[in-house]
Amino acid sequence: MRKRLRVGVLFSRIRVEEKWIFGAMERRGIDYDRLDDRRIYFDLDNPTPWLQYDAILERSISYTNGLYALKVLNAWGIPTINTVAVAEACGDKLATSTALASAGIPQPRNLIAFTPESALDAIEEMGYPVVLKPLIGSWGRLLAKINDRDAAEAILEHKDTLGSYLHSIYYIQEYIQKPGRDIRAFVIGNETIAAIYRISPHWITNTARGGEGEVCPITNELSTLCLDAAKAVGGGVLAIDIIEHPDRGYLVNEINHTMEFHTSQPLTGVDIADCIVGYICQVANGYC
Amino acid sequence: MSQVSCPECAADFSIEAGIELHEIIVCPECGVDLEVTALNPAEVELAPMEAEDWGE
Repeated sequence: MRKRLRVGVLFSRIRVEEKWIFGAMERRGIDYDRLDDRRIYFDLDNPTPWLQYDAILERSISYTNGLYALKVLNAWGIPTINTVAVAEACGDKLATSTALASAGIPQPRNLIAFTPESALDAIEEMGYPVVLKPLIGSWGRLLAKINDRDAAEAILEHKDTLGSYLHSIYYIQEYIQKPGRDIRAFVIGNETIAAIYRISPHWITNTARGGEGEVCPITNELSTLCLDAAKAVGGGVLAIDIIEHPDRGYLVNEINHTMEFHTSQPLTGVDIADCIVGYICQVANGYC
Repeated sequence: MSQVSCPECAADFSIEAGIELHEIIVCPECGVDLEVTALNPAEVELAPMEAEDWGE
């Protein structure tokens, strides 16, 4: 008789998404452990305690904690959702951009510079307005829309003195006049399972920043783009953020590898949590 | 229902049934985020401050 699937769920906080995922696992009869990323540790010479898991779902809020946990777990050969390669490609905006570029996926124009002076040159070459983004960060935090040279000089000086070396790698993106919304689409495995518009009069449309959701129909064009984008970063359980450019059409802006879906699941009626659990089963060698 | 006391403002309040360990709740008096660190009896602590690498 085949043993029951055993899953570890690495978490930082129990959000509504984790509660839905736990519920889906319980309904499917899956054994699971809740692994608090503030309390676990790894003995690199002794993977035994971790080998009890057929798969581990990484849901850390801390990108760094999740990333390094995945490095260890994948080095031990433990299946994870997502893999460390996917986390590396999605958690850093430059890594995402290079992966998308390599795959020929349409995206906004991005420039990279390493000093405030060269960043200013790049901004002036691109033309105002531009958007300056931190390489690592989420929920629309620390984004700056720069409308003129005075603002550019001020923001670049601030970033230069913020302390973290990552703020001195300047990721400059063209500003796109969106139609008051962007698209958040969910890809799990080989399927685009749901999509919403995130609507806001503000140029930052994240629902974490007050953007409101509306169901977005999944056309063949949208689904194909999402699947190609997901494949470009390694695939798995992903949320693809897409901007509608007035002339160039869909542009992939960001890809999230530990996505939230508290707005999207009730809005679309798609049980995203259960789809994630179904994918865990596939990754864990086809248990379910 | 279980009584807890907010470590920030000392308000006493009840937490709802169905709350899970490590879930974040909001103090109804001062609005601070609290993490549920124990159940039966319930205990709460100030939730960790949002860090720069937090996100999805």
